Amino acid sequence: MAELTYRDAVSMGLAQELTNDPDVVFFGEDVAGAGGVFKATGGLLEAFGPKRVRDAPISEQAILGAAMGAAMTGLRPIAEIMFSDFLAVCWDMVANEIAKTRYMADGQMSLPLVIRTANGAGSRFGAQHSQSVENWAMSIPGLKVVAPSTAVDTIGLLAAAVRDPDPVIFFEHKSCYPMKFEVPTGGGDIVDELGTAKVVREGQDVTIVALAFMVHKALGAAERLAEHGIDAEVIDVRSLVPLDTKTILDSVAKTNRMFTVEENPRLCGWGAEVSSIVGEDAFWDLDAPIIRITTPHVPLPAADSLEDATIPSVDRVFETVHKAMQQ
Amino acid sequence: MTTMPTYEEYGNHTPVFPQPVNRENAQLPIPEDVRLKLFRVQHEIRQFETRAYDMFLQGLVKGTSHLSLGQEAIAAGFGVAMREDDWTFATYRGHAHTLARGVPMTPVLAELLGRENGLMSGKGGSMHLTSVEHGVMGSYAIIGAHLCVANGAAWTSQFKETGQVAVAFFGDGTTNIGAFHEAVNFAAVWNLPTVFVCENNLYMEYTAIADVSPVPNPGADRAAAYGLPSIIVDGNDADAVYTVASEALEKARSGGGPSLIEAQTYRHHGHSRADPGTYRPKEEVEAWNERDPLPMYHQRLLEIGVGEDRLTAVVQETASAVDEATEGAKNGALPNLDSIYTDVWDDGGSQWRN
Repeated sequence: MAELTYRDAVSMGLAQELTNDPDVVFFGEDVAGAGGVFKATGGLLEAFGPKRVRDAPISEQAILGAAMGAAMTGLRPIAEIMFSDFLAVCWDMVANEIAKTRYMADGQMSLPLVIRTANGAGSRFGAQHSQSVENWAMSIPGLKVVAPSTAVDTIGLLAAAVRDPDPVIFFEHKSCYPMKFEVPTGGGDIVDELGTAKVVREGQDVTIVALAFMVHKALGAAERLAEHGIDAEVIDVRSLVPLDTKTILDSVAKTNRMFTVEENPRLCGWGAEVSSIVGEDAFWDLDAPIIRITTPHVPLPAADSLEDATIPSVDRVFETVHKAMQQ
Repeated sequence: MTTMPTYEEYGNHTPVFPQPVNRENAQLPIPEDVRLKLFRVQHEIRQFETRAYDMFLQGLVKGTSHLSLGQEAIAAGFGVAMREDDWTFATYRGHAHTLARGVPMTPVLAELLGRENGLMSGKGGSMHLTSVEHGVMGSYAIIGAHLCVANGAAWTSQFKETGQVAVAFFGDGTTNIGAFHEAVNFAAVWNLPTVFVCENNLYMEYTAIADVSPVPNPGADRAAAYGLPSIIVDGNDADAVYTVASEALEKARSGGGPSLIEAQTYRHHGHSRADPGTYRPKEEVEAWNERDPLPMYHQRLLEIGVGEDRLTAVVQETASAVDEATEGAKNGALPNLDSIYTDVWDDGGSQWRN
């Protein structure tokens, strides 16, 4: 085992895939010469050369269009959109072109591409550089949507995304970049599987379903709940599309209670879909209403005190679950 | 003095008349068999589009449709000049470009009718014609996007050193959307083998392009911003288009980078089937009808010594092909409803949960 930051896991994962397949190319704004604004792609230009690791102009539509055209003609592009908020300026490419072209073409072509992007709050960047927009992507048929919470998942799910024959949006969480994790070494390529959730803490009393950085908030809350005699099971959803509903439903069948912890704003957040599925498929397993713990339905404020109070915190998760369990 | 137009002034613009036919183009070094092919493809498009229009009026073609009547010489000139493994990226006005790459008429017409034997089994429709085996990598209905996508295909060619060229066709209106500028800039700085072809038919949908562009040539006048030469071609002269296309394709193929070409033309009908095109000045329409690319080309082939009988044979063969396609399309079954759930993913399915 080695200790690795989530940030370094990104470059390790990219290097693994660039090594594994000569048709893999990686490009975006400031990713090659500068090594990425989050320093998550350093060393790749030096290792793989400018033919495979390439800087692009500030042209998100051109970047994703190039990824799409390259994917349909034989390359396996990985494109970086620097901040996930910027997906809004190239949403035509994502929602209308990349997601729908295979279907409209009656399956004549596939689009094996990955869009990596830095998602989420915690950096005090304000409302246009801090959003969690995984629910935007989840709402579009034809996109696979992944959001890892640890270094090893970043490497493994990135590999799965690159090797997948369909377009994948890969949300990295900005607040996870400096976090350190144990990663196995020397065992060959790390390759995970899309569409698989993970039980990251086993428990008997409640199920807390979380994604990306919120997994760590949920785990922190679970420790405090344990001190109060509440044994929480925490599920890291990892992949919104495909969605591993089985792992969630199995957990709810055991605990009979479900909470979601979502960084996206309230309306149409990913937890709403999960709640709907549990409501339809496992209503009689539930002992109490499902409770969603989300960012309120507001644009994100910039000040650190305001941002911290806006996104779900360990305290808020703990208090919400604790209070509900007293009723 | 106000800088805003009055109601009476609003929308008035000077008619834009076509240039006269350049008779010297008959001397261009284009082999006779190529010219006959240009003649044939133009007639295939003309007769196909005319039939598609008729079938609209009969209620057989559903949805909307954007015809290339009047603009045939551009699709033919490029389609004939392109190498078999080059890539076409078209807009919603893409029937012509699809046929020009050799896609058979029956599946194209059947797609317009929403039939199972359609080119995409009814899942794409008129605006999304795609035939990968013919290098038609899609028709895209939101303007600008496919210029960016064409760059990606061009990148593959550059990366794998295959010599293939990606050609993106679009209208004058596209020159005012951001994706156009992103795409041309991107192709220029990456030196990609992409050829951008602006079919300037003088109207962005229902509005004169002159009323929404600060430059007289919406494609060519933007080229300088991306370090590219300004290229304007008579889009109603198949020989001129073929010549310019061949030069741009060769430049791209040999590593010379992208080109931006403005082909000046005019559509015989409105923007789409719902549009009678009444916003166009009568004298402008008449002048361009006089510059119809087909009779001009017929005359040119006669002048260079091609027999009338050979031309008549092509027209008749095309008419038979269109009739055959009409029957094939009309007789096509309706799509199987199970197909709603197929081909979202590469595995052929649409499953999103376990």
